[in-house]
Amino acid sequence: MTGAAPLLRVRDLSVTFPPRRGRPPVRAVDRVSFDIQPGQTVGLVGESGSGKTTTGRAILQLQPVTGGSVHLLGHQLTGMPRTELRKMRRHMQFVLQNPYSSLHPRMKVADILAEPLKVHGSVPPAQIPERVAELMTLVNMDPAVVKRYPHEFSGGQRQRIVIARALAVNPDFVVCDEPVSALDVRTQAQIVDLLHDLQAKLRLSYLFIAHDLAIVRAVAHRVAVMYGGRIVELGDADDVYDNPAHPYTRNLLEAVPVPDPARQRAKLADIAPDPQFRGRDGEQGPCVFGEDHAATGASEWHEVGPGHGVSCRFWPPGITPPGRP
Amino acid sequence: MTDASSRLRSRGQLLVAIGLAMLAVLLLIVALGPSIAPYSPSATSPNSLDGPTALHWLGTDSIGRDLLSRLIVGGRGTLMITFVAVALALAAGLVLGLLSGYVGGRVDLTIMRLLDVVFAFPVFLLAIAVVAALGPTVKNLILTIAVVYTPAMARVVRGPVLSVKRWDHVEAARSVGVGEFAIALRHVLPLVVSPILVQTSLILANTIFTVTALSFLGLGPPPPDPNWGSMLAEARQFMELAPLTVIGPAVAIVFASLTFIVLANGLREMLDVGSR
Repeated sequence: MTGAAPLLRVRDLSVTFPPRRGRPPVRAVDRVSFDIQPGQTVGLVGESGSGKTTTGRAILQLQPVTGGSVHLLGHQLTGMPRTELRKMRRHMQFVLQNPYSSLHPRMKVADILAEPLKVHGSVPPAQIPERVAELMTLVNMDPAVVKRYPHEFSGGQRQRIVIARALAVNPDFVVCDEPVSALDVRTQAQIVDLLHDLQAKLRLSYLFIAHDLAIVRAVAHRVAVMYGGRIVELGDADDVYDNPAHPYTRNLLEAVPVPDPARQRAKLADIAPDPQFRGRDGEQGPCVFGEDHAATGASEWHEVGPGHGVSCRFWPPGITPPGRP
Repeated sequence: MTDASSRLRSRGQLLVAIGLAMLAVLLLIVALGPSIAPYSPSATSPNSLDGPTALHWLGTDSIGRDLLSRLIVGGRGTLMITFVAVALALAAGLVLGLLSGYVGGRVDLTIMRLLDVVFAFPVFLLAIAVVAALGPTVKNLILTIAVVYTPAMARVVRGPVLSVKRWDHVEAARSVGVGEFAIALRHVLPLVVSPILVQTSLILANTIFTVTALSFLGLGPPPPDPNWGSMLAEARQFMELAPLTVIGPAVAIVFASLTFIVLANGLREMLDVGSR
């Protein structure tokens, strides 16, 4: 990728969970690489258990990383000493999936929003109430309600508070982990709009993790599709949605329900079987593109268009990749 | 909220109210002690082993001391020892339980195994051994009881900490940049107080028995200071001559531990501990 230096650079990020009770170790995230430019949103999609959330947590260093590197604003986060990392948290924030559990139940909203300000000393103590009110206005909420407790708010309002907390310290980068999936459809649209507006206003970069393909298309500039801990396809949102190059991406897009009972029933009747992908490790010989990666040492990644690539792993037998006879 | 749980809650509130009223009586005895006793606890009268009279409401003991006065002054001693010992056990249990549960891993393993060693001894046997070895002073009694009840306290703190530390708001605080120490104190501890309150109350009830039982066996604070345990032991010797003298200390001991059992049950139902 060319252009300006990326805000976030993730290279070969891996997370392996240690073996448990005789079961083999789990590679939750396996050599994931991508960049996020300033002001850009990268959507991360994939089915449950594909490693999306673990990727987000590993980038924020909330999860021990077993390999690879993460650079934010040119600073390497992986292996950074704790105290330094805590200072870097000013630049990166987290919006969690469940607004009902991600706020301290016994803390007032004012205290919840003041906490990051105090931790990073970003405003003088006397100005904290003012900044808290400003944050509430930023997420379209009435600053007068800050003396209330989280349980007095609806799911959508709580998620606004979560977003306000994330924005308290003026971050550059926010990981949104399924930020709307716990909300009803109308509230989802409002929160997505809010995130959109905030991005324009504050030039934020997002890593937007979701399983809802329509929402990701609406917010993301670039989309990464994850399966089995790996990114199998990465490209501009329009390219990936309109010209999916990897069989798994095609499966995923086809699985979206259609709002027509008859057609949906027909679709379910001949639903594509679970992709029978080729063995993941220790694969010998040439890949589906005819390249022997073990011999050439190149990464298992093939460009199918400008800034649009697929992994040559996990191909179901009998399907030829684009650009090959 | 369902009907049953709100009924349970209001029953809990009633129990807590009764428990608090009983506790107020106990605290009054501790606070006022000698100043509300009708006689000096060591003053003797010619009528020994007397039944209840207008002068001595609960009668007199074998050397003619007023039983009511001794009961009040002795209660002060017994209750003070109980409160101080449990407060120490609570403090130690909070620190160890929070450390163990929050940090986890090897720290957890080490602390819990060490506490298991203490826990494995029968409370009473350990108390007797320590007091017998170091001498029956008030300080030794308090320290022994504190040590003996620390593991129970630590376990009650550790359990809920293990689950609360995985809650989303803890991760959210960490991602904001809050330090681990502040997370443990501000984001975890306030959410585990309910079970701790209940357990503290139960341990208070147990401790009353332990303190009085040790005094009964002569391992309590040395005479001539009165306390409920030694009064019971003394009265027991003359039970055939003056059966009524046993009643005072026995009722006092039961009342005190009942106070904390009622409080514990009330708190349990009011705070909904156990269903969470």
